[in-house]
Amino acid sequence: MSTNQANRPLSPHIQVWKWTLTMAMSILHRVSGIALALGLLMIVWMVVAAASGQESYETFLWFATSLFGQLLLFGWTGAVYYHLCSGIRHLLMDAGYLMTIPQAEKAGKVIFIVSIAMTLATWGVLKLSSGEM
Amino acid sequence: MANKWEATAFKSPMSRVGGLGSAHSGVHHWLHQKITALANIPLVLWAIWSVMTLAAAGASYDIVRGFFAQPINGILMILFLLSVFYHAALGLQVVIEDYMHSEKMKMLSLIAVKLCLFALTVASVFSVLKLSL
Repeated sequence: MSTNQANRPLSPHIQVWKWTLTMAMSILHRVSGIALALGLLMIVWMVVAAASGQESYETFLWFATSLFGQLLLFGWTGAVYYHLCSGIRHLLMDAGYLMTIPQAEKAGKVIFIVSIAMTLATWGVLKLSSGEM
Repeated sequence: MANKWEATAFKSPMSRVGGLGSAHSGVHHWLHQKITALANIPLVLWAIWSVMTLAAAGASYDIVRGFFAQPINGILMILFLLSVFYHAALGLQVVIEDYMHSEKMKMLSLIAVKLCLFALTVASVFSVLKLSL
């Protein structure tokens, strides 16, 4: 058996696959999940800073409202909505729905549109209500 | 071996020669990923809504103190942190198991990530308690 190991067919790796919608959806679910895990640091910073006193909270607020901070938060908002919608699709698939490829692709399109729309709506409302627009 | 069938029937030659047997965890990991996913849906939407409300009000130190002075906000924030951190730990575990091919590096990464997430959970929950009480 071990002498044949070198001749075994290899599974095609990421470079030789033609990109498909379902593949992009799956990869994006994982990537957004990893990004959100990193984003937890921002939430921890917020509550720890607030609990430590006004001065440390002001430092957090300075970063969160800086251009870089706002770009990060915008990205995380998109990641949250995508991971949320895509996660709901996974739960529906666990319950036996959306199992065919056409259904999966349709769901994918809905997920992309809804998560982009919700991200833009969130930031639109945010900027309007804080009087920046 | 405890079970008669483990010795011969239902076991492939590969499985027998590996001598590893059952991992005795089954679908436990998957199930917890799904249960926390379900809990995350309302909790994440509440968290987004809360951050938007705080940001619209200027997100000053006093506003944030006032927010956590409400018991309901402290309770929901702790539930959010526990559910999200546990979900992140389960998700990152799968990512590490998929991509880390050296057994030593895999184990070290798993321990490091889980310890970090646990420390961050304790830090953030403690901070929320300090802000609320």
